[in-house]
Amino acid sequence: MNTGANAAAPSSLRLILTLAIAGLISGIAIIGIYESTLPTITANKARELREAVFKVLPGVSQMQQFVWRGDQLIAAEDLQKDEEAVYGGYDENGEFVGYAIPGAGPGFQDTIGLLFGFTPEQQLVLGMEVLESRETPGLGDKIYKDADFVGSFSKLSIDPEIVAVKKGTTSQPNEIDAITGATISSKAVVRIINKTHSDWIQRLPPPGSEPPLRQDAGDGS
Amino acid sequence: MKKSDSYEEFIKGIWRDNPVFVQVLGMCPMLAVTNSAINAVAMGMATFFVLVGSSFLVSSFRNWIPKQVRISCFIIIIATFVTVADYTLLALVPKVHKELGAFIPLIVANCMILGRQEAFSSRYPVRLAVMDAIGMAGGFLLALFSLGAIREILGDGALFGIKLFGENFEPWVIMILPPGGFLTLGVILLFFNWFKFKKDEFLAEVAEAERGGG
Amino acid sequence: MKKKDPDLLLFHAPLLRQGMTTPRAMRDVIYALLPATGAALWFFGLSAVLVIGSCIAGAVLAEVTFAKRETRGESLRDATGVLTGLLLGLTLPPGLPMWMAFLGGFVAISLGKVIWGGLGHNLFNPALLGRAFLLATFPIAMTTWVPAAGGFLDVYASNLALPFMQAQVDGVTSATPLGMMKFEQEVTPLANLVLGRTGGSLGETSGLLLLLGGIYLWLRRDLDWRIPVSILLTVVIFSAVLTLFDGERFPSPLFSLFSGGLMLGAIYMATDPVTSPVTPRGAWIFGIGVGVLVILIRVFGGLPEGVMYAILLMNAATPLIDRYTQPRVFGRGVDST
Repeated sequence: MNTGANAAAPSSLRLILTLAIAGLISGIAIIGIYESTLPTITANKARELREAVFKVLPGVSQMQQFVWRGDQLIAAEDLQKDEEAVYGGYDENGEFVGYAIPGAGPGFQDTIGLLFGFTPEQQLVLGMEVLESRETPGLGDKIYKDADFVGSFSKLSIDPEIVAVKKGTTSQPNEIDAITGATISSKAVVRIINKTHSDWIQRLPPPGSEPPLRQDAGDGS
Repeated sequence: MKKSDSYEEFIKGIWRDNPVFVQVLGMCPMLAVTNSAINAVAMGMATFFVLVGSSFLVSSFRNWIPKQVRISCFIIIIATFVTVADYTLLALVPKVHKELGAFIPLIVANCMILGRQEAFSSRYPVRLAVMDAIGMAGGFLLALFSLGAIREILGDGALFGIKLFGENFEPWVIMILPPGGFLTLGVILLFFNWFKFKKDEFLAEVAEAERGGG
Repeated sequence: MKKKDPDLLLFHAPLLRQGMTTPRAMRDVIYALLPATGAALWFFGLSAVLVIGSCIAGAVLAEVTFAKRETRGESLRDATGVLTGLLLGLTLPPGLPMWMAFLGGFVAISLGKVIWGGLGHNLFNPALLGRAFLLATFPIAMTTWVPAAGGFLDVYASNLALPFMQAQVDGVTSATPLGMMKFEQEVTPLANLVLGRTGGSLGETSGLLLLLGGIYLWLRRDLDWRIPVSILLTVVIFSAVLTLFDGERFPSPLFSLFSGGLMLGAIYMATDPVTSPVTPRGAWIFGIGVGVLVILIRVFGGLPEGVMYAILLMNAATPLIDRYTQPRVFGRGVDST
């Protein structure tokens, strides 16, 4: 065994052991922090989603998730990968109000992700909330900062689809004002809603026959 | 004497060897997440936590870690602290975490952190290593904050989300876009170099005068 | 170490003395721009004076602030600051607040020229760099076009916005011919385009007067005729080809030629001797590149106007073009057969 003068060349076993111990301790630390923060993180996400759903469906106080699984729409708590979901909103008495449907598509800079409320009975969009976007600050970001634009997605007819027109020229119930200087971003929002709507309209059950709120579904948290 | 040692290690990171303005390290988070003061400070705090924690551990174990595997060990230690910071931010301030996005995990790749372990913590006792880490991380935090503050004030007319100039302020949109990061950093570096240049010039003049007088 | 007044002056050839100097060339360009500036005053009144004046003031202030003490007088005398300010001013919308125009002029000289090492070292055209900065910084103010003023003394209220404050746009805004083409498929009559009776930047509205100045510069041998000719030819040919495919969707060659900042850019900015290739072959390549990019951005891009970015992009390619179009050195590289 080399000692003293040659202490700089330890055996391979010692190298492997050092790394293994370091890895082990690190693994334990990471599992610890993951387990202890997981409940808070999931609760945060659920709360965020709930708030968004309640915002796009006015008058809603309870929700449940519907998953498109095996070519039918079923109420389910879990969501597998590659599955799409919509959220049914119910008022205090458990009466069905409408769906909150998430959609995404290309904006001016990057993907815009949004959620919109939709009532199949009257074919109306009830509300719209942008969840993620990287539109130009000061121009494109008005799609969620401009209260007039966001507000125009209330009781908006989507039959057959929404049309964005130049500011001040709306005449039909399915037309909205595009934002001056941010035509591309506003049209992107409208396009995403139209596309998501036409994707889902075939899958949703006929108006009036929505599944009732499951008692155990609670408030979805 | 010992006290002034610690002080020396601390102050060099804040000013003389500032990791950003003098060493020009850690540019990736510096440019990417400084579009508002709050993001910059969150990033700075996360980096602060990782650097001080790693320096403490690396310095404590410096006699047990074999030279051949030291870099791997440093990375394991740093990565653990980064993961802890990542989950903590996600649980406590999800909004800020969303803004910082991929840049929290990327603290692992911040060359300043590994650089301090290799150059300092693995050679010096714990007290000095921690002082050095606090100084360097503090300097980094300071630099991030000053960049974030300038960009938010000009780009949004606000600091920490509080409007400073009233409703009619015309925001400089470019400042919160990526080019604004490069512009602001460039101007600050320019100022630092100009300051250093003037100081050297002044010192040279003083030396000249002394030689002439003596 | 640095001697201000060396005893022995060393020059390389040519040693022929002639009247052509930088200040003279710069002054020629300024004279050539006078008709177009006059047209800007005619259409937009006192506002044009305010905007252009602020640009020049910002540019000259940057020139004075950053010049070395020894060469301060010289860098002012060659008039590049004034020219850059004037050129920048002509590319701005008439209703722009004065403080933005001033900032643009300051940035044009400081980031566009001084930081590269002064006159002759800059990669990008300073005036266009200043405009690109303004467009990225104040996208709304930079794309708000006001119609021509009523009387000469009428000043747009937005010109007088306090520093760092928003411009209050009063009354109606108008769209530029390119904007109307892009977003509403509306074509502006050609006569209006040629004479300049359209919405748009201060100096880009009158194609005819800009062309006149260009001919003066060419007669004075101040510009390389290849660059504007190749840009304009490329634009005409490219848009003619596109029109053949679909006359409804694509603008006609004459519309492309006289709309937007094409004339101003092709004649006065692309020809900047510092940022364009020196070799004749390089000038052709440069011009064709600008022309193709202009049409590509206008027709297929997200922006209505593309002259600025087209020229800046080709500025960046200029060192490369120069490198690959070096003429053969006499007596070298000839086939021995």
